[in-house]
Amino acid sequence: MTTPLVKAEKVSKIFPVGSMFGAKKYIKAVDGIDLEIGENEILALVGESGCGKSTLGRLMLALLKPSSGSVSYYINHKYKDVWSLKGKEFREYRRNAQLIPQDPYSTLNPMKKVISALTPPLLRYKIARNRREARKMAAELLEIVGLSPPEDFLERFPCRLSGGQLQRIAIARAISVKPKFIVADEAVSMLDASLRIEILNLLLNIRKSLKTAYLFITHDLAIARYFARNERIAIMYLGNIVEIGRTEEIIQNPLHPYTQTLLATVPIPDPKLARKRELPKLRSMEIPSLISPPPGCKFNTRCPYAESICEKKVPELREVKGRLVACHLF
Amino acid sequence: MVCIPKLREGKIMRGLKSFLRYHILEPLKILASDKRALVGLSIVIFYVLMVAVGRLFIPLDLTPHREKRYLGPSWEHPLGTDFAGRDILAQIVHGGRDVLPVAFLTGFVTVAIGTAIGITSGYVGGKLDLAITTFIDIFLTIPGFPLLMVVAVWLLQSGIPINIFIIACVLSITAWAGLARSVRAQVLSIREEAFIEAARCLGLSRFHIVFNEILPNVMPYIAINFMLSSVSAIYSYTGLQALGLIPYEPGTWGAMINMAQAYVGTITGTGCWYVLAPSITIIVLQVGLVFLSQGIDKIFNPRLRER
Repeated sequence: MTTPLVKAEKVSKIFPVGSMFGAKKYIKAVDGIDLEIGENEILALVGESGCGKSTLGRLMLALLKPSSGSVSYYINHKYKDVWSLKGKEFREYRRNAQLIPQDPYSTLNPMKKVISALTPPLLRYKIARNRREARKMAAELLEIVGLSPPEDFLERFPCRLSGGQLQRIAIARAISVKPKFIVADEAVSMLDASLRIEILNLLLNIRKSLKTAYLFITHDLAIARYFARNERIAIMYLGNIVEIGRTEEIIQNPLHPYTQTLLATVPIPDPKLARKRELPKLRSMEIPSLISPPPGCKFNTRCPYAESICEKKVPELREVKGRLVACHLF
Repeated sequence: MVCIPKLREGKIMRGLKSFLRYHILEPLKILASDKRALVGLSIVIFYVLMVAVGRLFIPLDLTPHREKRYLGPSWEHPLGTDFAGRDILAQIVHGGRDVLPVAFLTGFVTVAIGTAIGITSGYVGGKLDLAITTFIDIFLTIPGFPLLMVVAVWLLQSGIPINIFIIACVLSITAWAGLARSVRAQVLSIREEAFIEAARCLGLSRFHIVFNEILPNVMPYIAINFMLSSVSAIYSYTGLQALGLIPYEPGTWGAMINMAQAYVGTITGTGCWYVLAPSITIIVLQVGLVFLSQGIDKIFNPRLRER
């Protein structure tokens, strides 16, 4: 791994859950996570919905302020907490860390033409000197993301474009400022299956030309495997990372019981093989409430191998077989 | 060196052309595609012309003619005559000179105050939002027209010189509150949208986010409210005139209704033309504005346009 570009250290995010009467309740969406993403690296973050992966992505982008812990960014040869950055440094960080949001239908302002989504960042960071140059660059960006001829798209309103086209424009906007780090938050999950590979390949090509690092958030292990091949993958469960390591190793030989269950749920196209496959016997299908998570390991209520220690002690991430696993079994 | 002024001129011409295209021609095209909006626009243009140019062609003669009292429509007097035998059409043409400016100015003041307060409250949030919302709620509980009457009387007695702008401010004294509340609600939902998050992530300024991302989304709503507050301003303004609470100039539409009520001719039915003429004039103008407001929505909201 190269030098980390963005680092999360013991970062947590707690959201208050509104209750008019009685005691205020809290949800710990992200619970003391350590994470490092190197330059030009891909980290796929996989977990079921509600496990806090999008929150973690937003913490990495300084769109949310962590309740405790810190997110730091490598700037001017030093790691600096992104919330302590000021002026020029903060601007540089904002330029270098970008987001590709999940829902293509709400990522563009419905009242504005495509051109007005693409030119402001170009002008803001003085990448283009004037409007005419910005327009030319916007057209080039559309060409890069595969929307041609670009002149057909610049003057259109988002409501006249399809989901795939909108997602391409969202990608064009994110790469317009030449970021070093992109958080792709379920960037393909709202798209038709036929479009997904195209968009994934587009993102991979962008990585080649811009040398960007990706935090690729998804709930789909198959997509994570495709996107992060020869890179790293992290499995998240209820606000914690339970397993993190090389993609192929984890997919071939999952260690954490949760990873095993997650892998077992990936559908197999061959019905004969699918029938033969054994699913791990979960003790419960219910996801524990985030307001009052179970003590000890959060997976112990469902884990088929749970022992008494699992209900008492929170497992730390430990190195097992060249990767990190948070489980008492190892 | 010689070509620089030429270049500048070309730039200005191009700017003017694109302004004409995007801000005049395209909106007009969109309006033209909607028949009701077209009717509304025609009505409003007709009134503007009537008030601005009409009085040059139709002179106002206020000398009483006893023998011509309460006449019905005729070629000489298309809308009949009033209690003193004077032409009603001429009075209507001349009596509307204040109504349209007051209506639009009131609409503008209402919308400006309501939008500014609503966006501030919704975007800044926190304690300021709570304070502003409470303030708005207090204003919402005050009944509008009675308060208007009190303020109008106070204004008359205070000796403050009364002009159109002051009247507009008085008329929007309670009207802004409802608008501010709904703009706030809209901003609250818009600011959670993904495109705002994307703009924040791109490091775009707060100014950009408020004026280029949020405001265009509230704009259709604001434009409609501009029209609707103009409509209700017409009611309030002519109403106050009819009650004699705003500077009483004989000959305004409101004053005509007042006079018509005061004279027996209306009750007996012989002078119904006198009361109907200003009333219908006011109603048609309001209907025109309401029709136009629906077309305005289409101009600001690309999702409503057909293709």
